[in-house]
Amino acid sequence: MTVETHDPAPHRGTPDWLWYVGVPAVGVVLYMLYGQLIPISEWVTALFPVARDSHTGEAIAFFVYDVPKVLLLLTGIVFVTGVLRSWFSPEKTRAILAGKREIWGYPLASLLGVLTPFCSCSSVPLFIGFVSAGIPLGVTFSFLIAGPMVGPVGLGLLYGLVGWQIATIYLVFGFTIATVAGFVLGRMGLERHLQDWVRELNAGPVGDLPEVRLTLVDRLKIGAEQVREIVGKVWIWVLVGIGIGATIHGYVPEAMMLRIMGGEAWWSVPAAVVVGVPMYTNAAGVIPIVEALLGKGAALGTTLAFMMSVIALSLPEMIILKQVLTLRLIAIFIAVVASGILATGFLFNFLL
Amino acid sequence: MKTVKVYGPGCKRCQTTEAMVREAAARLGVAVEVEKVTDARSIAMAGVMSTPGVSVDGKLVHAGGLPDAGNLEGWLRA
Repeated sequence: MTVETHDPAPHRGTPDWLWYVGVPAVGVVLYMLYGQLIPISEWVTALFPVARDSHTGEAIAFFVYDVPKVLLLLTGIVFVTGVLRSWFSPEKTRAILAGKREIWGYPLASLLGVLTPFCSCSSVPLFIGFVSAGIPLGVTFSFLIAGPMVGPVGLGLLYGLVGWQIATIYLVFGFTIATVAGFVLGRMGLERHLQDWVRELNAGPVGDLPEVRLTLVDRLKIGAEQVREIVGKVWIWVLVGIGIGATIHGYVPEAMMLRIMGGEAWWSVPAAVVVGVPMYTNAAGVIPIVEALLGKGAALGTTLAFMMSVIALSLPEMIILKQVLTLRLIAIFIAVVASGILATGFLFNFLL
Repeated sequence: MKTVKVYGPGCKRCQTTEAMVREAAARLGVAVEVEKVTDARSIAMAGVMSTPGVSVDGKLVHAGGLPDAGNLEGWLRA
């Protein structure tokens, strides 16, 4: 067994001024690097002994351009998000939601779901904490759907890789689905489908934590720590996702893509959801695939449905929630969210 | 003898937190008994919503993320 004995906060000794100078400096360097990605990636691609316009050449070019691009974007997004989220906590969110009228609770919960820091590993204590504080079940669901669905990582990468129009559409519809699905679930009176022990639970008093005052440098440190942790964890998903995206970009013929994921094939939307739900990856892994799909002429609605079902409905999260929800409730939850995703997919295939 | 409980389902940060508690106690020469609470129900009952959480002698002192090493020593010394 190895016990981590090194100091978990490696920047402890760094004086404050270095943070104030260092963070913008690193930001500028990364930004300049980001601007040079096309020449750099073309230069790297040219090193390979394949024709640039061959299938393999296209795939390699996609890969060597997207890997640094996604990693740079991811670093920036995670850092900024980490700093912003240091102003929020599940405890504060609960206090805000507990005092609100139910009807305002849904959109507010969706919004706070995006802003509140929490990892899926603590979604059970969070769920219980919410429900035991008298926050309606539906509002709690809005929160839990919005968190992964409209996460900043997915949005930021969508913005950087696919463009602001589609990122905005995704934001608006992801937010709407979280709000409406929570509302629908709330109307269904599902409390009786919670696991028995949760219903009987008379949760202990709210942990009354002393307010921790954070300096700006503390918040920057939180951002840097988040980058270390999250980028260190998801880079492998990023590589796999870009690998798949590169393969699609280089080898899949457009005619085939149009047939399978084109707007004409009505069944492509439900098929995308069925394929997407069991797929488990981080938003950072799926956006490069989305980029390649759209580039090859896949319909927007189908692609949106695929992306949303991969990101918002994940099997591991359902297994964690199994501790508090009965199977029946999980099935209803998936059905309601999937309906929202289907509706979004059909709407866009119909409109465009 | 202080009883310290570390609340968390067993993610990496929870393990790191436990190691930090033991280390800080050793550094200060404070006798501690560290208990890991991994059961979701017990975590919730303790009023912890974001993990890892830390309580000292039954009083919750921290929730969410790694505790600050300086604060940790303060809690153990109190």
